[in-house]
Amino acid sequence: MAAINFGYTISKPRAIDLDRNNLRKSDEILHEMPELQTCIGCGACTAVCTAGNLTDFNFRRTHTLVRRGEYEGIYAEMNKCMLCGKCRLVCPRGINTRAVVMLVKRKLGDF
Amino acid sequence: MMKRRSWQEYQKEIADDNYYYARSCIRQNFFPGSEKAFIDILHNDLGKDLLDDPKHSSCTGIGYHSDIVPLETIMTVVARQFSLMNDAGYKNFVTSCITSFGIYNEILATWEEFPETEERTREYLYKATGREFRKPQSLAHTSDVVFHFREEIARRARHLLVNATTGEPLKVVEHIGCHYAKIFPKSGIGGSEFPYVLAGMIESWGGEVVDYPERRHCCGFGFRNYLVQANRGYSIANSHKKLESMAPYKPDFIVANCPGCAMFLDKWQYTIAEMEGTTYGENGHGIPVLTYEEMAGLVLGYDPWTLGMQMHQVDVEPLLDKMGIEYDPAAKYLGRNGKYIGKPASAVVNCCPTDTIYDIRE
Amino acid sequence: MKKRVIVIGGGIAGMQTALRLAEQGVEPVLIEKEPELGGKLRGWHVLFPSFTPAQEVLTELRRRVNDSGIECRMSAEVCSVSPREVVLSGGERLACDAVVLASGFTLFDASIKEEYGYGIYDNVVTSADLERMFNEGRVAKADGSAPRRIAFLHCVGSRDEKVCQQHCSKVCCVTGVKQAIEMKRLFPESDVFNFYMDIRMFGPGYEEMYREAQQTYNIHFVRGRISEASPTLEGRVQIKAEDTLTGRPLRMSVDMLVLLIGMRANDDNEQLARGAGLERARSGFMKPRDLFLGNVCSNIGGIFYAGTISAPKNIGESLNEATAAADAAARYVMQ
Repeated sequence: MAAINFGYTISKPRAIDLDRNNLRKSDEILHEMPELQTCIGCGACTAVCTAGNLTDFNFRRTHTLVRRGEYEGIYAEMNKCMLCGKCRLVCPRGINTRAVVMLVKRKLGDF
Repeated sequence: MMKRRSWQEYQKEIADDNYYYARSCIRQNFFPGSEKAFIDILHNDLGKDLLDDPKHSSCTGIGYHSDIVPLETIMTVVARQFSLMNDAGYKNFVTSCITSFGIYNEILATWEEFPETEERTREYLYKATGREFRKPQSLAHTSDVVFHFREEIARRARHLLVNATTGEPLKVVEHIGCHYAKIFPKSGIGGSEFPYVLAGMIESWGGEVVDYPERRHCCGFGFRNYLVQANRGYSIANSHKKLESMAPYKPDFIVANCPGCAMFLDKWQYTIAEMEGTTYGENGHGIPVLTYEEMAGLVLGYDPWTLGMQMHQVDVEPLLDKMGIEYDPAAKYLGRNGKYIGKPASAVVNCCPTDTIYDIRE
Repeated sequence: MKKRVIVIGGGIAGMQTALRLAEQGVEPVLIEKEPELGGKLRGWHVLFPSFTPAQEVLTELRRRVNDSGIECRMSAEVCSVSPREVVLSGGERLACDAVVLASGFTLFDASIKEEYGYGIYDNVVTSADLERMFNEGRVAKADGSAPRRIAFLHCVGSRDEKVCQQHCSKVCCVTGVKQAIEMKRLFPESDVFNFYMDIRMFGPGYEEMYREAQQTYNIHFVRGRISEASPTLEGRVQIKAEDTLTGRPLRMSVDMLVLLIGMRANDDNEQLARGAGLERARSGFMKPRDLFLGNVCSNIGGIFYAGTISAPKNIGESLNEATAAADAAARYVMQ
């Protein structure tokens, strides 16, 4: 097989496939912290984020990906958080964002 | 049968006779018998008048969609085609290419909305060629014309789209080229979400249309997206997605109404099989891909090799056998006057995997 | 002799208008095209955000109309109106001193959004179908089994240029949240996803209900409009959207796709408007004289509006507006 080099390969799909993704970890996280589900995507956390202003870390996007079952690279991503807690001060839904970082890292250490 | 409540709301006038025929640039290479079959079916089986005018040119659609041909130029080229049609005394323009069909529709609509662009085009055409033109009375894609006569063809059918052994209808995936109705839903029979142009033929000729999750997805042709080798991974991924999605329905064949789609759905199966060893049809083979003229030709009893089906990447013999069509296997690679036209090397898409390994080692 | 005001439409707005007119010493005549009073609310199960049964509201209003002896002309269609006369489609002419138009709205026909396959694919239903299922006490997939994954799509026939409905239908968002909670109560093991463009929680208790849907019922809200629905081999529905908050396309198959259909203007608004010289908004709904001090008045003296004939509204707003319209009409005829 693969006897011929065509000079290109089949691109992998970018779509989040919720039929394929395993939502077990995500469900566990939401079960422990149901308030995370109340995020309305306002982006205030990311706007004030110390790490997000210096790196490409985006807390809002990262935890949304976790909730869609996209775990790859999430642990490393969450490690960019400095746990300063400023995001928690601004969250209009009162989500304990620091605890979200800790919980996600605890649950997704293998990804 | 698939429910389609909406298709009847999208009807268009298709002329009954006297067509001016505009060919596709690429079909004669990839499906060389199809356009000939269309002419033969109209002339010989249906007794219609159709002019295959050697004077007309490419519509330059591929160049246009690749940012090589400017809009003013393509409008002038299209105006020239209409002028040739006027010269020949025809009013009904039929084109055998979805890209061209989309372009003719877009240009006519542009002229309608912005009459000054039509005036400019008239000027350009006159300056370049000394010609003037009148717009066609009707514009149709050739699949529209075959659809229009589907019942006549059914009455003359020698073979139906039915498994000759079991009597079961063949399961057919239809694929409509994007520019058939996605630009102007009203320009296509059945609109853009549930087009009926190919489905209507399949149903009239005894087959069963398969609806599957990625039915409406593009084949990935997209002009610059496959013309540039670096972009082909994205292009093939689209056909890959469709094939993955349709395979569980075990279709007996695919029929397409667009030159690019028919080519890609056929040829990408070869590429995917060589790259990944994956095939999507029965017994490790690919899924045969037909043009609608080939499908009509088989129904009317044309010889598959006269229809040019030896030029397909995925072998059509399993389908011919299924339909109970008699053909001479030895004549497959004989061209006109019995001249040997050469035989392609064996490919994963046409063999069981074990055969392939053997073939490659050989 | 009592002044006579004809109220066109026997839904909640029309009934409330007639009741208030009677209270004010005016003689109302209620004209309804269906054989019974109640309008669109007849098809509803429970009302947001309190889960009050729609029947409670309806039964009480009908009882009051009945007790007050208001003249009701059932199964009667109106073909033209003027401040002094209403002509029925049979040709009968009813004289009056003023008219209140309360003929409501039309539910958007979801099959127009062809890409969702409503009427073609089993298990693609509308919010109105779901209310009917709740009422019948049988919510299930077409094959009778329980849905395990349900998607709601907001804004079907609202905020959509493609179907000439540019306005927001206002109540579908909260209906989507309410129905999502009801589904989760019926099928606690199921996963429920709401696909929205914006969530508009304008009323008292609505935002609280939205938050409850998220936190207590674990309903997933995905910001993105579903682009198409197609069938799968297992009889499910595959949907595609963009998860705009992660910036990636998303696809999934669901057992049931619920289309939250919007409110559109009645087709016969045009004829009524033309006949009486009334102004309509671009959306096709009737245009009040002004949006602040004359919001139940039309541009023609003696013709008034109550309820959703002038814009999408919820039940409470329609009832309040009915009272205001009746008062304005009573003032007009007493002059």
